[in-house]
Amino acid sequence: MSRNRNVLIDIDWLSIFLYLILVVTGWIAIYAASYSGEAASVFNFSTSYGKQMIWIFISLAVGICVVIIDSKFYTTFAYVFYLVILITLIIVLFIGEDIKGARSWISFGSFNFQPSELAKFATSLAVAKFLSSLNIKIQERNNQLLAFALILIPMALIIIQGDMGSALVFSVFILVFYREGLPAVYLVLGVLLIFLSLLALLVNKFILIGILLLIAILSISYFRKQIQVIVLTIFITLMSTGYIFAVDYIMNNVFEQHQRDRINVLVGKGGNDWNIRQSKIAIGSGGLTGKGFLNGTQTKFDFVPEQSTDFIFCTIGEEFGFLGSAGLIAVFVFLILRLIFIAERQRSKFSRIYGYCVACIFFFHFLINIGMTLGILPVIGIPLPLISYGGSSLIGFTILLFILIRLDAERLIILR
Amino acid sequence: MKDIALSRSTVIQAIIILASLVFIIRLSALQIFDDSYKVEASKNAVKKRKIYANRGLIYDRNNKLIVYNDAIYDLYVIPGQVKQIDTTKFCNLVGLSRESFQNRLAKCRKYSPYKASVFMKQVPAEVYSHFQEHMREFKGFYGQVRAIRRYPYRSAPHTLGDVGEVDSITIMQSAKYYQAGDYIGKSGLEKIYENYLRGEVGVKYIFVDALNREQGKFKDGELDTVPKAGLDIFTTLDIDLQQYGEKLMKNKRGSIVAIEPSTGEILALISSPGFDPNLLCGRQRGDNFKILSSDTLKPLFNRPIMAQYPPGSTFKALVALVALQNDAISKNFSYYCPGYYTIPGYMLRCSHAHPSAKNVVEGLQHSCNPYFWQSFRNSLDKPEFENFEASYQNWYDYVRSFGLGNTLSIDLPGEKPGNIPAPSYYNKLYGNGAWKSTTVISLGIGQGEVLMTPLQLANLYASIANRGFYITPHLMKAYKKDGSFHFNNNIEKKTVPIDKQHFDIVAEGLAAVVDRGTGRRSKMRDIEICGKTGTAENPHGEDHSIFAGFGPFKNPKIAVAVIVENAGGGSRYAAPISSLMIEKFINDTIADYRKHLEAGILEANLIKGESE
Repeated sequence: MSRNRNVLIDIDWLSIFLYLILVVTGWIAIYAASYSGEAASVFNFSTSYGKQMIWIFISLAVGICVVIIDSKFYTTFAYVFYLVILITLIIVLFIGEDIKGARSWISFGSFNFQPSELAKFATSLAVAKFLSSLNIKIQERNNQLLAFALILIPMALIIIQGDMGSALVFSVFILVFYREGLPAVYLVLGVLLIFLSLLALLVNKFILIGILLLIAILSISYFRKQIQVIVLTIFITLMSTGYIFAVDYIMNNVFEQHQRDRINVLVGKGGNDWNIRQSKIAIGSGGLTGKGFLNGTQTKFDFVPEQSTDFIFCTIGEEFGFLGSAGLIAVFVFLILRLIFIAERQRSKFSRIYGYCVACIFFFHFLINIGMTLGILPVIGIPLPLISYGGSSLIGFTILLFILIRLDAERLIILR
Repeated sequence: MKDIALSRSTVIQAIIILASLVFIIRLSALQIFDDSYKVEASKNAVKKRKIYANRGLIYDRNNKLIVYNDAIYDLYVIPGQVKQIDTTKFCNLVGLSRESFQNRLAKCRKYSPYKASVFMKQVPAEVYSHFQEHMREFKGFYGQVRAIRRYPYRSAPHTLGDVGEVDSITIMQSAKYYQAGDYIGKSGLEKIYENYLRGEVGVKYIFVDALNREQGKFKDGELDTVPKAGLDIFTTLDIDLQQYGEKLMKNKRGSIVAIEPSTGEILALISSPGFDPNLLCGRQRGDNFKILSSDTLKPLFNRPIMAQYPPGSTFKALVALVALQNDAISKNFSYYCPGYYTIPGYMLRCSHAHPSAKNVVEGLQHSCNPYFWQSFRNSLDKPEFENFEASYQNWYDYVRSFGLGNTLSIDLPGEKPGNIPAPSYYNKLYGNGAWKSTTVISLGIGQGEVLMTPLQLANLYASIANRGFYITPHLMKAYKKDGSFHFNNNIEKKTVPIDKQHFDIVAEGLAAVVDRGTGRRSKMRDIEICGKTGTAENPHGEDHSIFAGFGPFKNPKIAVAVIVENAGGGSRYAAPISSLMIEKFINDTIADYRKHLEAGILEANLIKGESE
């Protein structure tokens, strides 16, 4: 009894406050995006804002439950959650509903649910559990492989479902690994790969390989006497060449036309850029102070695609202007930094790692989603956490966040 | 170890802060420093929609409505919205083949999957109304009302002209007054009076969504303008006479021009073979145009103002007038016709046997060629001129004063000038001073280089009917603006410098032609017709049958010129047709005793098996 009281006292109310700000902002934006001129009841459950209202209440209830439950439940059953979600992801492949080309939904009557949203917290728990185990050091090759396996399995299943966006989220765990001691080389390597991919998309592959060969020959002739460097250079050149061909192959043979389009638009090679153009018009036309609540013309009249889900940021940009959208970004950054602060203050390794998982997942969604609407990242359909319309996503993020809040509340009591 | 961990935490936090800084910079660029998105947005959401004005109506001289507007619909599609529709049902409703449906949809999709584009133009109202009942099943499709022209009398296609979509050159020339998809008068009165008929397009500013669906008025319609209907035009045409003339010319090639001499108002303008003007409206316009323009009988050719013929004997009245005015002959000038006419080196034959003419009246009555050759030469070989060229110039000026050799400025596009050879022409052909009256002798009977349009011929006889003047032949009597009539002021009276007494003599001769001369078959009991038959030699085939005249002799009400191509002498077809036109106009009915004449004309088919 007394322990419970302590826990409630130590809850990080600031995080909950930021959570509520985002959820309410999200609901307002959804209302604005689907507002059609006549004032209807906000409890009209046939509208998206009406439905979102229900989801918000469900999420709050779920959040309270999550906070009430003893944290031992999460630490103990971390792998169980993980396994259950993996099985669910496999089941979805067979019984899932096909929505917008992705077989990632399970139907319960009139509600659809997306298990991949729950995979995020389950994987986070599993990663935290694994990396916090005794004798596990991320610096060791075997452990690295296992850690990567933990994130690659759900990632692969979600890719098979056809939901590339959600799958990509799992790549953010590399930041968590980095924090826990994964050599920085991996991070640098990742950045270099992204850079090389961009070059492969922009420059003719044979010219690019020619340039690489030239650099290799120059470096070999320069480091003539150092066999190690020469071997390494040859190895890197061969790998890069293979990678360039792989990028080319994936781009032309694996990706679907719409994915090719999105990438081409981003690297400035044309393609159908309607969505991005409309998104930028909507945000750009907001100006400094915005057009005012419900006065947006671009989002209200369906110019912007997916305006209450993936492109919800446009509504905020148009109606609340620079001040509103910069404010929202500030709230997000504040929340993410707060989560990192919370993670860092944990005495338990499990809690710290889990905290980083939560912060990094929030960050990845925030980065990709807003980057997409601003036209600086490719169109990858993932929601803006707590803002975008959608029950699965809201509940998923609520569970993700509130588990951390529960763990944090016990930071002084339990030392794992 | 802890330090390293902390610095790694710092790196991660730095990445987060860096990313959000990039976002803030990007946001400020989009929202604060770049105004172009605001412009784009207003273009996006507020659309200027044209509201097409009703084109002006066209009436005939008796206020009968001869051109009006009918609603049709352009069918638009937003390809992105089209999902799982019953293609077969759709195709049946609008009358398309599945293949055509797919092609059209693919074309629209290629233009833009999100923007509306025209799927099908000019769907008739009856088809559309049926389609509209099922519209809800075909998401992505919507219709927009347009107007097309309708011609209830199915008559006067060349004169009324047609309306079609404006071409890109015209759009450029109009400084973008017209926009792609606008309708414009393409020929005839529709073209000439485009500025009157078109009206003013209205503008409606509306909010549209990305799918171009109307969402409401912009600023409550403050900036909207109401379209102004085009001006109604009242023509000089007598649509009943026009239709009657078309009936008479059926299965014949040629023209009829009927003018009210005292006003210059055109009563009828028939070009045969013609076509139903409704063929060039609506969906079938393109196809029909192709068929009509490839027809060997050239139904699109507006013969009354574009075809140029040698006037033949109808020219003799003019030759007589000039000779009389020049004092080259007197009204009692007589000339013995032996059946031929000799000039140095040639013997020209008279066309037929007839009693010799003892005066101008008989000369015209018998249409004696030698009589007019001589009269023509008398005009040219008068000693008071310093040289032959000067005397020809004198004759040339008289002839030109009737509006010949130049366009009459009728209010129709494409009028041809005909030809009266100028002295310079002969100087070039034969050398200065190396030609004389015998060189150009064939002009005396309306052959040789002289060419006239049927309109000019009718106008010439209107001048004779008026005994010395004509008024610019025209088709628009008035237009109605803001409820009041404005009369056509683009017309002028042109006086011919020939004395009235000479016209009286010639008119008497022309009366004799029909009363007892070459045109007597067309004589009427109650109306005294004046006129002249003619036969235009045609190097390509049988002669053209020509008649020009007016009636009645006193206070003429109508002047007519008729040319029936390849129909032989003027008395065979052209004269009876002219007399029927005059009778129809003056009496409104054809007398019983002339029914057989009418029947003969109506039944005659001179182009059997020639067309297509």
